[in-house]
Amino acid sequence: MKAFTYERPATVQDAAKLVAERPGATFIAGGTNLLDLMKLQIETPATLVDVNRLPLAKVEDTPEGGLRIGALVRNSDLAAHPRVRKDYAVLSRALLAGASGQLRNKATTAGNLLQRTRCYYFYDTAMPCNKREPGSGCSAIGGFTRIMAVVGTSDHCIATNPSDMNVAMRALDATVETMNPDGAMRSIPMADFHRLPGDTPQIETDLRKGEIITAVTLPKPIVGTHLYRKVRDRASYAFATISVAAVIAAEGNGRVGSARLAFGGLAHKPWRVAAAEEALVRTGSADAAADAVLKGARGYGANDFKIPLTRRTLRAVVAQATRA
Amino acid sequence: MEMNQPIGRTPLDERPDGLVGRPLDRVDGPLKVTGRAPYAYESRALKDPAYGYIVTATVAAGTITAIDATAARNAPGTILVMTHENVPEQGEKKEQVWPQLQGREVLFYGQPVAFVVAETFEQARAAALLVKVNYDRAKPKGLLKENRGAAYEPKPMTTSPTVKVDSALGDFDGAFAAAPVQIDVEYTTPTQIHAQMEPHATIAAWETGPDGDSVVLYSANQMPNRGQPALGSVLKLPPEKVRIVTPYIGGGFGSKLQALPEATLAALAAKVVKRPVKVALTRQQEFHVGTHRTDTIQRVRLGADKDGKLNAIAHESWSDTAVGDTFYETSANVTRSLYAAPNRITRHRLVNLNMPIASSMRAPGEAVGQLAFECAMDELAERLNLDPIELRIRNEPSEDPEKKIPYSTRRLVDCMKEGAARFGWDKRGKPGATRDGQWLVGLGVSAAARQNPLKPSSAGVRLGPDGVLTVRMAMTDLGTGTYTILTQIGGEMLGLPPEKVRVELGDTNFPKAAGSGGSFGAGSAGSALYVACDNLRQALAAKAGIDPATATFSDGAVNAGDRSVSLTDLAGPDGIEAKGEIKPGELEKKFAQYSYGAHFAEVGVDVDTGEIRLRRMLGCFTGGRILNAKTARSQAIGGMIFGVGAALMEDAVIDPRYSYYVNHDLAEYHVSTHADVPDVDAFFLPELDDKANPLKSKGLGELGICGAGASVANAIYNATGIRIRDYPMTLDKVLKGLEERETQRRT
Repeated sequence: MKAFTYERPATVQDAAKLVAERPGATFIAGGTNLLDLMKLQIETPATLVDVNRLPLAKVEDTPEGGLRIGALVRNSDLAAHPRVRKDYAVLSRALLAGASGQLRNKATTAGNLLQRTRCYYFYDTAMPCNKREPGSGCSAIGGFTRIMAVVGTSDHCIATNPSDMNVAMRALDATVETMNPDGAMRSIPMADFHRLPGDTPQIETDLRKGEIITAVTLPKPIVGTHLYRKVRDRASYAFATISVAAVIAAEGNGRVGSARLAFGGLAHKPWRVAAAEEALVRTGSADAAADAVLKGARGYGANDFKIPLTRRTLRAVVAQATRA
Repeated sequence: MEMNQPIGRTPLDERPDGLVGRPLDRVDGPLKVTGRAPYAYESRALKDPAYGYIVTATVAAGTITAIDATAARNAPGTILVMTHENVPEQGEKKEQVWPQLQGREVLFYGQPVAFVVAETFEQARAAALLVKVNYDRAKPKGLLKENRGAAYEPKPMTTSPTVKVDSALGDFDGAFAAAPVQIDVEYTTPTQIHAQMEPHATIAAWETGPDGDSVVLYSANQMPNRGQPALGSVLKLPPEKVRIVTPYIGGGFGSKLQALPEATLAALAAKVVKRPVKVALTRQQEFHVGTHRTDTIQRVRLGADKDGKLNAIAHESWSDTAVGDTFYETSANVTRSLYAAPNRITRHRLVNLNMPIASSMRAPGEAVGQLAFECAMDELAERLNLDPIELRIRNEPSEDPEKKIPYSTRRLVDCMKEGAARFGWDKRGKPGATRDGQWLVGLGVSAAARQNPLKPSSAGVRLGPDGVLTVRMAMTDLGTGTYTILTQIGGEMLGLPPEKVRVELGDTNFPKAAGSGGSFGAGSAGSALYVACDNLRQALAAKAGIDPATATFSDGAVNAGDRSVSLTDLAGPDGIEAKGEIKPGELEKKFAQYSYGAHFAEVGVDVDTGEIRLRRMLGCFTGGRILNAKTARSQAIGGMIFGVGAALMEDAVIDPRYSYYVNHDLAEYHVSTHADVPDVDAFFLPELDDKANPLKSKGLGELGICGAGASVANAIYNATGIRIRDYPMTLDKVLKGLEERETQRRT
């Protein structure tokens, strides 16, 4: 770990300014991912800007009937929040499927949005990795790919976003609220928040230098059965091989009134394809939806199984949601 | 005492309600849960230590062309950067303890190439990351299956030189060819990592006395008396000049049977900087600097008649270790003794690869050998349409089939039958026939067998004027409960309650003992203590003027008839001491000694995703006298859980391009969590083995893992009808089977 300077600014804007102005400065909240990365010198911030004491830990109803979740709301608290449990169960379920109790107690909403890939090669500084060291190459391509992406990949990176929460947030059409160093606020739809790797896999989100997440806003609740299906070999404390966040309103007779489907473990970002939801509503067929989700999908060897697994899991999820 | 004759009636037989056998809570438990039991890295015995950090090779084969340590030497707090250019001279490699930082050659990824010592841990780590090492990289060899052709017959293990590498009896080829029913299958098992809680850690310091230098190491070490000559060889010291102190160990599973590079490097650096040096491996380093259980390829051939009677058995195993090392996995050794058949071969072959050093991991040999063999037996039962328990009953030997000597005890069939009854084995359906919602449900069974060795051990006991019995031996407790069972043995032998017995372990200044490993710890150390206590009883009885033959010890007194003399009186102001020693003898040659068991597993396999979840598991075991019902059960279920992990998830994946373990942390190398082992239980059938040792006990530390994973694998087959022969049995492998079958059904 490289020696670093520690700062604890008094206001949100001060925090944003500090990170914008200081070279190599970064925010720290729960630290459940960042500290590990620092110990391995995958991340080497010169300054840590501790945001834990900023007033961003509230969960509030919005005038539109939605929910505004402060950036510092801990994953455990968010999963247990009565309104989340009642109106956004898919989020509660996704959160509880992730990490361990201890980690969820520390991890924050904004930190979870920003958690970095678990790609084995990203985690070993001896290995080439375009995400860690742009231009050095991608060791995962041609390597052990069991946890890698099958859609939205590039020749530069095939890593996945490991978060469970993000998948549910994407299904719920969440919006990320931020403040810039000049005090200007911005709203970023979840669809645009995470990026595909392209030829800049080191850039993972739409955030600008110093831009600080203040909250995540959920629109008013949607009707339907909320499911989060995480598929993994180990029953607990394992990242998803793939996962499905679904909110499906069944109308009986196998018909689907509305559907939201987002997928984890498939791509560099939570994967949601509008055509898949339309196909499910139009045809009631999970396979038709899976075709749209997996359009252009390709395996890299050890992760080939994710393609049939996604199809099969989606079938099971749709069947569960439409069961009387 | 040498075990040349079966032990007769002993004081431990007199009191069925005695201390030995009771489910006594761990005597060291309160110390551990309150953080007052110092593990190696936490010891404060050596003052003002500097901190070390190991720099490891990032290539698996090649040559170091240059090491630039300038930045590291100039970093804040750096005291020493030790490389092959300035490391002190070392002696010969002994067993698997290698001299460190020897020259430019790199043999495996993770090989230590430099050692940085600084004032704080953080400074040492930061400086270590500044050391620039340039390599001339060679193409590494990392995969067993690609290098199987280079396999050769290894030399016998240095630790058991009389055990043959290969064995043959009768005419296997002829008998197998003529067998009406043949099984010829190949199973593979992956590399596994010990993943013990406490990392390898050492604090080392030197002393110069009138008769030369000596070194002391506070070091997590399962067998400190074995460590003395090995470290002494490398450090060029006689064994008695190496003191190892290891009172508490946070698990080892074989990874701490021998000193790892961190101990050697700490000692070398401490000599240079003239100050104690402490170092622990990081979790990531554990995977490569530490040892592992090798991957294996195993071919099993079974030739049987139509009634399932085996006429031919062959078990062949291929394993690999580092270049320059000789450790091979003895996968087929237990097969020599497990089932009857007149024609049989076992064979072990070894390949040297550019991979880290392979070594012992919980039940080396048996653990992976039975993963393959017990599944092959299940395949034979399936082929014969025979219950797998019945198949084993039909092949129960009357004597050891290769050594042609009787078993000391063998209740394998009893374990199978009793376990089956308690588990509800009769509810097992045809493969793929049982469904519970989304789950395909299956039951599986496997035999468990593990050899029971006795190793030389000695113990010193002292009854103090306060009536407290102090036990001292260089034995270790690696978390298994050794302090507790020794307390029970000492207490029962002298008629003292547990609080009047103080057990002191883990220091080579104490009488030599076997240490913890190979399931020999409890039996060997416990027997030495038994003998020491027996000697002390003689001395006390004599002092009391009581015939030792009729003396009984209870309530802090020695008694005969209506005479009773208190032990405190007998101890007097100076106390009274005795020693005891146990050695293996003729009985280990005259009798085949194993502990046995049967595993029963129920799994659910998700019909959509292929996810496998253990639903329940039961083990029925025999291990001679049970010394502590609670710690024995913990050992058994701990081993079973280990086996569940082996069956379902443990897999250190090799990337052959770089010859290293890709998933080298506990986020991606999976061991079972609580959620994976919902209902696991074990029980023991009563047994006393008077040929094993004076306690009449047998080893239990490894029995629980033997065959455990195979019962899970067999349950997966019973659930799905899909036979996977490549461990671990992950969902992608099940999925492949499910997809293929569904495709067949459609066409």
